[in-house]
Amino acid sequence: MKLVVNGQQVDSKDGLTVNELLAEQDVKMPEMVSVEVNGRILKRSEFEAKRLSEGDAVEFLYFMGGGHGTE
Amino acid sequence: MELSDGQIERYSRQIVLEEVGGRGQAKLLGSKVLVVGVGGLGSPACLYLAAAGVGTIGIIDSDKVELTNLQRQVLYGIEDVGRDKVDPARERIAAMNPEVEVKAYKIRANAGNISEIVREYDFVIDGTDNFAAKFLINDACYFERRTFSHAGVLRFYGQLMTVEPGESACYRCIFPSPPEAGVVPTCSQAGILGAVPAVIGSLQATEALKHVLGVGELLTDRLLTYNALTMGFRRVRVRRNPDCPLCGEGAEIKELKDEEPPVCDLEEEERERA
Repeated sequence: MKLVVNGQQVDSKDGLTVNELLAEQDVKMPEMVSVEVNGRILKRSEFEAKRLSEGDAVEFLYFMGGGHGTE
Repeated sequence: MELSDGQIERYSRQIVLEEVGGRGQAKLLGSKVLVVGVGGLGSPACLYLAAAGVGTIGIIDSDKVELTNLQRQVLYGIEDVGRDKVDPARERIAAMNPEVEVKAYKIRANAGNISEIVREYDFVIDGTDNFAAKFLINDACYFERRTFSHAGVLRFYGQLMTVEPGESACYRCIFPSPPEAGVVPTCSQAGILGAVPAVIGSLQATEALKHVLGVGELLTDRLLTYNALTMGFRRVRVRRNPDCPLCGEGAEIKELKDEEPPVCDLEEEERERA
């Protein structure tokens, strides 16, 4: 099936879960990522079971610190 | 407010903009913007706010300038190493634009002190480097109903979003709570290209100026991400989350409190090493 992940077309196997997509996309630290599917932010507890469908738009949103101070 | 001849000349390149004009310049001179954290993001933000003639700039920071800061924190010079950041920051702003009043708070922002400061300002810029502070600013601005600019940077990447509390998606709508301690790479390990926070910090200043002037559309309900390696900018649509613990329907956060101490804190690492 085709998904749109962070704006890019991606081909994946049917019925992929969010956790499987995170692994497939080689996301190094999934703990640092919030996942939005078709405009809805998922609860972390949904990552395991939530299956994606053809045409879903998925965004990985990363925690970022940075900016000021001590390094 | 009547502009002096000197002010009209000094700010002429923005007064000539139809959306600014003399009236807009007077608004800027009467405005108050708070910058929390005067580092990689806060340095360019302060410089552009001061240059534009924002009348009062508040700066909160308890850190001292370190040699490693100078690669990106352009408010400071080599002679400032070891000084409290708010002192050279104030001097630099005054040298550039003595019309600007700088209110310096040499404190670490926490749940006990931030609300009364935030309340004094029209707009807040989050230039902090740690998640506890980012959640604190988000929550304080929500309770005080102040529009603010969230931002974060890491390596070659940056992102920002403007929040109109109660109206647009907040930081907790995307990230309900800080990441677990231990999973966050320390900033000293992760690294940052100095020009990246310059881009993001100047965008934060732009949002503050737009908010004061009442022009354009603020970056609300959209997270702007920047990838310096590909020069890619993307605006990711986000929306208010009904499950948000702060501004959602069953919000459980009723008052301001501190999150766990920052995990990304080199000072603490150094204390532990010592």
